[in-house]
Amino acid sequence: MEETAEFVSNAGEDSASVAAVTMDVDNGLIEDDKSKDAEVAPALIAVHPFEKSVAVAVGFELRLFDLEGNCSVSLVDDSGGPSHSDAIRAIKFGANGRLFASAGDDKLVKIWATNPWHCIRTVSAEKRVSAVAISHNGHYVAFADKFGLVWLIGLEGDNAKQSNNDKKAVMILGHYCSIITRLEFSPDDRFIASADRDFKIRVTVFPKQSLKGAHEIQSFCLGHTDFVSCLAFAYPSGCANGYLLSGSGDSTVRLWDFISGVLLATCEVGAKVGSLEPNGTEDAQSPISDLCASSDGSIIAVALQYSNRVALLSCDFSNGNLSVAKVVTLEENYFPTSLGSSSLSKCLWMVMGASNLPMPGSAQLPTRLRIISGLRKDPSDYHCHDPIILEDNEVPGGQKLLSELQGSLDVTKEEAALAAAAAAVKASMRNMMIKKEYTLERREMRKKNRNDRKIK
Amino acid sequence: MSDNTGTKVKGQSCRLPRKRFYRARAHSNPLSDSHFPIPICPAEFDYSHHYPYFFPSGGEDHKNGSASPRKVRFADIGCGFGGLLVSLSRLFPDTLMLGMELRDKVTEYVKERILALRASNPGQYENISVVRTNSMKYLPNYFGKAQLSKMFFLFPDPHFKEKNHRRRVISLQLLDEYAYALELGGIIYTMTDVEELGDWMRSCLEDHPLFEAVSEEELEADPVVKLLTSATEEGQKVARNGGQTFRAIFRRIKFEEE
Repeated sequence: MEETAEFVSNAGEDSASVAAVTMDVDNGLIEDDKSKDAEVAPALIAVHPFEKSVAVAVGFELRLFDLEGNCSVSLVDDSGGPSHSDAIRAIKFGANGRLFASAGDDKLVKIWATNPWHCIRTVSAEKRVSAVAISHNGHYVAFADKFGLVWLIGLEGDNAKQSNNDKKAVMILGHYCSIITRLEFSPDDRFIASADRDFKIRVTVFPKQSLKGAHEIQSFCLGHTDFVSCLAFAYPSGCANGYLLSGSGDSTVRLWDFISGVLLATCEVGAKVGSLEPNGTEDAQSPISDLCASSDGSIIAVALQYSNRVALLSCDFSNGNLSVAKVVTLEENYFPTSLGSSSLSKCLWMVMGASNLPMPGSAQLPTRLRIISGLRKDPSDYHCHDPIILEDNEVPGGQKLLSELQGSLDVTKEEAALAAAAAAVKASMRNMMIKKEYTLERREMRKKNRNDRKIK
Repeated sequence: MSDNTGTKVKGQSCRLPRKRFYRARAHSNPLSDSHFPIPICPAEFDYSHHYPYFFPSGGEDHKNGSASPRKVRFADIGCGFGGLLVSLSRLFPDTLMLGMELRDKVTEYVKERILALRASNPGQYENISVVRTNSMKYLPNYFGKAQLSKMFFLFPDPHFKEKNHRRRVISLQLLDEYAYALELGGIIYTMTDVEELGDWMRSCLEDHPLFEAVSEEELEADPVVKLLTSATEEGQKVARNGGQTFRAIFRRIKFEEE
């Protein structure tokens, strides 16, 4: 164990580098802490804002399907950089759909043009990348690393004129050594919001000369009592100001006035929806795994890490009221790891899967794609269209799409693998995000093993 | 030590805690996960616990009446044994000040010291308190935007090794958070006896768009500046050994985009 060795050789209470951030120091007293599943990344999905294509990332694989041409997309990489070689942790489409970004544990940020699909830039990060965002004007790509720093890549103007290869990203802001879980630009590009595992959401003014750094903090949104897992801006029509929505490991979704940092509403989604542990026990504290909101906030879909139900929230922005409006129950053992939706918000796309499955077997990593349709209802006939889960033969793109994005058409055979994937994702999230608390005994034990205490 | 408070000893009514019972390691890792309680947001910070004189439990702030409640205005980050807080308390008796210290034994000492001072000098030292916290991680949990008028970073851990530079309490990224907590015109005081760290802190502050150096004349007129070396335990130690100090004192300014 690398960390242990480092720890012993290190004087003082520190364990340095990544170990210090994740507090992975372990003397073998906790058995399963360091098992392989610590490095499992959830499968991700992103939908083109105009529903022209869909992307699924699982492991280092990026799977794309062109919904317009009804064909799979083979990725062309002429940026001269390496391709992804480790788990992809974040994918995102730009607001106008022309850009797409992918980044992950291999410390690469790849920026793609979508029409036609080709990689226009590969940027090497110093640390593993945990989040990525594209400014709405398409001029910048921001990414965050596991050490809590946010970096910016300029794509337009002077920045683009630099030679294409040695353009480095510039650091613009930092959370103090905390894993940043999500990055999001406000729709007007005036702010950039970053969420971390230390319960914080920081809203920073995104300046015009942003490559010089974003130093002015607009607000901190504080109220979550566990890591923040997802963020979404919402600008409801008729409201002058925008709002921020966040989901967290504390099983709640919260609504913020991000200009002042005031908490407007809290929705205990976990308690309302209920979630199931694999062994059948209820676990109300299931972390929110993803949140997907339409730009006007009229549709807010929330997935819990261990629930086969997706909650649709309704939000009364002006009165600060956030509540669960509908619960869509999916098949048993389906726990979406990521949600996606186009700006049209007709359908909610969901994917379930994980990288580095603990069980070997199939050559391709299986994922399971499901779609909930009928989200956007006609206000005139309120009760007519309930959200429905599309059957596999009703999915746009049909079998072609499913076999491309899922890895195989018939993933029912892979059910065991998928269930294992869900469990692995949960365990690895917990390892990464939740602060480890050591017993008094263990702390004493560690102190005894401290190098500077050994007297010869 | 609490059994000592209130006992009458010749000449002094309450015995101050003695440092030798509070020996602590000089360094503490600010990167490690902490498990001490932290207020979820500044509104959850318990003022009546820290400043019972200004916030009698159950009652309104009797000094301010219905006006906006009094808030902490000075923060001493890494307050150590609290020498500066005690001196500042006499200089600004109506200003609430909070010391923040990562080492728990040291925090205990300061706590006892303040309680002993309050007991032996009724009505005094009611405006200072201390918390054990990691200010590099949790500063926004204690202070709202533009709440502070002065922040002190005196004789911080120098973290010489380059790979440990990110543990330094002054860095370009952390200055963003300090700028957030400081009001416009608020002042950040830094001082060290390590030249390398002095240069580092100065260059961080100079590079940050939200801070500008305070002029020498203003520093001359500022009564606080003299306390930086004379009131702090570390400052006194440096003076005893005839060492040099390096200070960088900057003001929070408005962000101007060129």
